[in-house]
Amino acid sequence: MPGPHEIAADRPFAWKAFFFQWEWILLLVFLAIQVMNFHLSPYYLDLAHLREEAADLAWWPWLTSLIPAVLANWADVTISFLDKSFIVFPMAFIIIMAEIDISVGSTVALSAVLMGLSYKAGLSMPLAMVVALAVGSVCGFINGLILVKYRELAPMIVTLATMIIYRGIALILLEDQAVGKFPAWFQNICWGYLGPVPIMLLAFCVTALVFGIILHRTTFGRQVYAIGSNPVASLFSGVPVARIRVTAYTLAGLMSGVTAIFLTSRMGSTRPNVATGYELDVIAMVVLGGVSTAGGRGRIIGTVISVFTIGFLRYGLGLRNISAEYLLIIIGLLLIFAVMLPNLRPLYTSWYSARHPRRQ
Amino acid sequence: MPQGTEKNPLDKESSSFLAKVSRFRETGLFLFILVVMLLTHLKNPNFFSLENLDDLLTNTAILSILALGMMLVIITRGIDLSLGSTLALSGMITALTVSSYPTLHPLLAIALGTLIGIVCGSLVGLGVAVFGVLPIIASLGMMYVYRGLTYIVSGRRWVNASQMPESFKAIATTRLFDIRLYIFIAIVFYLAFYYFTNYTRTGRRIYAVGSNPDSAAITGIKTWRFIWLVYAIMGGLSGFCGVLWVSKFASAQGDTASGYEMNVIAACVLGGVNIMGGSGRVGGVLLGAVLLGTLNNALPMVNMSVFWQNAIQGSIILVAILVNAQVKRNVDRGNLLRRHI
Amino acid sequence: MLKRIGIVITILLATCLLASQAGEQKRFAFIFKSTGNPFGEKLMEGFKTAVEEQGHTAILRAPDLPTAEGQISIIEELIAQRVAGIGISANDPDALQPVLERARRAGIKIVTADSATNAESRDVHINQADPELIGRVQVQAAFDMAGGKGDIAVLSATSQATNQNIWINWMQEELKLPKYSNTKLVKVAYGDDLRDKSTSETEALLQTFPNLKAIIAPTTVGIAAAGKVLSDKNLAGKVFLTGLGLPSEMAEYINNDVCPWMYLWNPIDLGYLAGYASVALADNSLKATPGSSFSAGHLSKKEVINASDGGTEIMLGAPFKFDKANINEWKTVY
Repeated sequence: MPGPHEIAADRPFAWKAFFFQWEWILLLVFLAIQVMNFHLSPYYLDLAHLREEAADLAWWPWLTSLIPAVLANWADVTISFLDKSFIVFPMAFIIIMAEIDISVGSTVALSAVLMGLSYKAGLSMPLAMVVALAVGSVCGFINGLILVKYRELAPMIVTLATMIIYRGIALILLEDQAVGKFPAWFQNICWGYLGPVPIMLLAFCVTALVFGIILHRTTFGRQVYAIGSNPVASLFSGVPVARIRVTAYTLAGLMSGVTAIFLTSRMGSTRPNVATGYELDVIAMVVLGGVSTAGGRGRIIGTVISVFTIGFLRYGLGLRNISAEYLLIIIGLLLIFAVMLPNLRPLYTSWYSARHPRRQ
Repeated sequence: MPQGTEKNPLDKESSSFLAKVSRFRETGLFLFILVVMLLTHLKNPNFFSLENLDDLLTNTAILSILALGMMLVIITRGIDLSLGSTLALSGMITALTVSSYPTLHPLLAIALGTLIGIVCGSLVGLGVAVFGVLPIIASLGMMYVYRGLTYIVSGRRWVNASQMPESFKAIATTRLFDIRLYIFIAIVFYLAFYYFTNYTRTGRRIYAVGSNPDSAAITGIKTWRFIWLVYAIMGGLSGFCGVLWVSKFASAQGDTASGYEMNVIAACVLGGVNIMGGSGRVGGVLLGAVLLGTLNNALPMVNMSVFWQNAIQGSIILVAILVNAQVKRNVDRGNLLRRHI
Repeated sequence: MLKRIGIVITILLATCLLASQAGEQKRFAFIFKSTGNPFGEKLMEGFKTAVEEQGHTAILRAPDLPTAEGQISIIEELIAQRVAGIGISANDPDALQPVLERARRAGIKIVTADSATNAESRDVHINQADPELIGRVQVQAAFDMAGGKGDIAVLSATSQATNQNIWINWMQEELKLPKYSNTKLVKVAYGDDLRDKSTSETEALLQTFPNLKAIIAPTTVGIAAAGKVLSDKNLAGKVFLTGLGLPSEMAEYINNDVCPWMYLWNPIDLGYLAGYASVALADNSLKATPGSSFSAGHLSKKEVINASDGGTEIMLGAPFKFDKANINEWKTVY
């Protein structure tokens, strides 16, 4: 897997290397899952029903009536899994820096609870949404601040502690109550459409584009890779390591705030125990997207495909009414094999050369 | 601080000053636990009753044994998130076995659980050591797999108290010199691991692999074997604790110990095990586990509102980590100053 | 290379468009709180029996964790499958409202059982027993066991559990009666439905309140964990335990006198009634308005009544009392 940290500018364009990239393999997996879903369930994208309706048409009108309807249904499905996927991008930044943030689920809960409370206290809904974003950012900023003040502490540990604390604060604020009764239009943030496209899908695409540009086209992004490849060398070559780390964690908090808004809109109310376990889902998506937890490697496009791959896999198996325990096993194995796959070739080569020393 | 060697005060070659410093860190944790205990005692005089201390230590036994395995894993720069699921799977299979064969000797049940755990742990270790999957991912994936398997083997049912033979439940209720067996088991494990990590070749090599895998490999250590070994040990301990868990609560459920891995990791970190690998001591881990166990015991006893418990527990962990880091910094600075003189 | 990939993709898409046809049979789904819960398994078993008795198919689902988010995804998948009715035991009374409204707009009938959603998001709730009765009867049991005086404590599930919170409110109402002047509710502890936490909470109750005479645990995990603690400490006859528990789990502690008696309803019947109500609503033989009634298989005639939350409900019956006399015949059932 050629990492983007390699300097690729002066190399001739190699077809083989271009297609032997993780993102292409992932794309094939994604397409395979689409095919599998169609075969698993006649209800997938409502295709059987649509075909029945269009059965009498000639092939060209048949196609032109079918394809937009299928695409619209496809976009519809994304509503079922996109809410938590906004955190994937800043998490990719953090993992590229060889760090981790497991407090995001709790940050979502705290932002959602404070958004609900500030609306209840009389703030207008748009302002309450700003509160959610602000709370999320502050939570992320605190994580970042502790981590740069105490550089020797592992991110896993600090965010483990703040994970407990943030949800703890949400529990203190709301106890066993729920807040809800938001204005009617608020539900449309998650469930609504802009034309034929769900608002959440649009928001996701825009976010992906923005984060893609930040990571791949700005100095900030290059510095993220630099820190992941070698933090010490980066520091000595003038990369503002502390500032970048704080920014990345703050972004993770901010996107947790975004997720809080979408999730609350999806559920119409919120309580301190929402978004439990989101951190592991997010990490799994990032890693499946080809971001290496050893740092320095990974791309936004990979995480985007991975979000859709896992989302549609779960949805398709759900349409087949596969029970939760088999779903757990499938997702677990997929995760391991996806990460193992790129390691198999060098492993085979070294095993082979050990067996046949003369050929070398 | 000398490079490349494990700073362990019990190593005969380390200087007496280093020994003092390292002991100081654990004394800090020890004092912290004492303060928590005393404050609890002021609020609820029953805290220092023999019965409560017995409860506290029994409840901490499983956590502290698991923390030993996690310490080894973290020393090799790894992490194991699958232990809660491994514990549940081994507990479930053992419970199903003893409910079908009530005459099975409890020791055989323990052996069965441990064996299942070793197999589970070895699979994680195989992924990490041989196929180069990162520990957090390998164990996260297997965490899902083992949890799913637990539900499947149980047929989504629970094994309840009346289905388990008395001899099996007696593992948890047996007392030696009026102290529960679990406390003795934990003590034996701590002594064994103390010896293992400090005085055996394998133990020292695990530290070597964790401190610097490259130089360990160059000196001729087959690093992958040791990495595999620590996950197998972690799995074995999880499987063993699965039997203890099921016997203690006289119930095996599909969601047993779900999320327990975070407690175990927290115990290790509080005990001063460095998540970057290479360092961590048995004594520290014991104190870390006891601190968490004390909090779990004390917070309900002081009649703390349930809604405040999370925030307080998290804050105590964070404060302990930060204080620990600050103390270590001061010590390191002191070391540097000494060198100048 | 590009061309080859193009061909592969075209073939893949072509096979999609030609995928198999949908079957035509009415399908009814039940979603429990989380997988691997014996109470839920029995409930779904009853639901399945009822739906199949009437010649339809049942789909049984549950998320891997007891969260509203997991249930929302499952409901979306069921809407896409055009099921005729969804029965659900809700993890959150309010959070399912948007998705259930979508389901109802798609013509799907919503029946809740065991744990209700708010009135706006369901057609009818199947009530296992009157929450007021459940709350009051447990306090009366604790009072009788303790001999009319002494402290009592409650060991509940999580602080967010709706059912338990309603019952505890009714317990506190009951305790206001003059008869309980010598009985004091000293603490509501939460074991989060985890064995280890429920155990240490029970131990803390015993250590903190020396005059504790009875523990009420209105949750299956909590009552079994408390039963284990009291058995191990040989406190049978000194501290009494009652609440809501599964007979199979509690047989041990009822037989050793730790828990003289406890209550529960029959989860199989509860699911069975939910199944009949779903089918009746879907073929319009039942209206979700108070006063209308239908025939629910072996449970005979059941009537829709007004619920306290402003919606409607169907009552299963009174909570069933389990004691030494009947526990051994029930422990193998559920």
